[in-house]
Amino acid sequence: MDISYAIMGAGIGAGLAAIGAGIGIGKIGGSAMEGMARQTEASGKIKSAMLIIAALIEVAALFALVICLLISFKG
Amino acid sequence: MSAFSHKITRFFLVLALLFSSVFSFAADASEGGEFNASEVILHHVMDDHIWHFWDGHYGTLYLPVIVYSSERGLDVFSSKNFYDDHHNAVAYNGYTLDHGHIYLNGNSVFDISITKNVAMLFINAALLMVLLLAAAKGAKQNAGKAPKGLQSFFEPIIVFVRDEIVKPNIGHHYEKYLPYLLTLFFFILFGNLLGLLPGAGNMTGNIAVTMTLAVFTFIITNVSGNKAYWSHIFWTPGVPLPLRIVILPVEIVGIFTKPFSLMIRLFVAITAGHIVLLSLISLAFIFQSVTVGFVSSLIVLFINLIELLVAGIQAYVFTLFTSLYIGMATADHEHH
Repeated sequence: MDISYAIMGAGIGAGLAAIGAGIGIGKIGGSAMEGMARQTEASGKIKSAMLIIAALIEVAALFALVICLLISFKG
Repeated sequence: MSAFSHKITRFFLVLALLFSSVFSFAADASEGGEFNASEVILHHVMDDHIWHFWDGHYGTLYLPVIVYSSERGLDVFSSKNFYDDHHNAVAYNGYTLDHGHIYLNGNSVFDISITKNVAMLFINAALLMVLLLAAAKGAKQNAGKAPKGLQSFFEPIIVFVRDEIVKPNIGHHYEKYLPYLLTLFFFILFGNLLGLLPGAGNMTGNIAVTMTLAVFTFIITNVSGNKAYWSHIFWTPGVPLPLRIVILPVEIVGIFTKPFSLMIRLFVAITAGHIVLLSLISLAFIFQSVTVGFVSSLIVLFINLIELLVAGIQAYVFTLFTSLYIGMATADHEHH
């Protein structure tokens, strides 16, 4: 098999990682919006919690991104 | 009116600083030959024995190489010996520098050189000592009065770390661990922020640095673990006997995966951020178009601001999880 299949797999993997991050952060953002709409006094706390959890989810996606980049650099 | 123009000046100075990181990159591509994006990106993200600021005779800082081998003993020399006038790699006295590793006649040596990341560690430590000791001196002098100067900048952050991160998670013994956790927080924060400056080294994105921090967490957690902590791991109470046998290997692996996840999280967050920034800048050199360069510079500016946020959040998350693990290890035994 060519190395080009691995690089194509790396590209697909990076796209899937982006989808995963998008879904995860979208769900967090959605429930944060809903919580802020229900109780506007708690919006400060909800905003800080949302940012922290978004960073954690993003790290998981970036992990996959780094591995895909390493694979693509091998080719 | 003067306050407004002061703000405009400050805004453009900040913009110039944020855009300036592109220039250190631009020089690399002018060496002739095709622009190899992957090589340039990996070279900027990884550690190096020289510190390259700009092209030209005075633009490179040749850091000292310190190697120890059983044949030659301790050897200290400048890394300039590894490069000739045209910046090609040459061997020196039997030592060769290949892809960042130093070999003596083909065998590896014990390499404790001052590399770019080690120099960044020293700069970070010096910055921490100067700034935080000044804040502490201010706190002692202004005891009971309103804080002034550096103390007024760091005191809210220190109080935030103490009241939001350390005290709720560790409980009533928190003063023992507070100095280490504050040092950890500011070390990671300053390290992340220093890595974003143009020409700086990627210090917290080096897996050896994050591994050391995770090992410290591992040592502190397990040394201060009390009887309840260890009994929960090896012989989980309140659970039927066959399940305890299943839980035992899971808990033992869990002792190691918790610091491991800390290490991977910080390393990936910082390194991936830098790789994304460098990839967007190298788009301009791949397409060799000014329009692409202009647009990508704007996107890079926006992502740089996100990276500032990520720097703070990753410091917060590392300290939060460390104090959480210490709190779980020193928690009083709840009666089932």
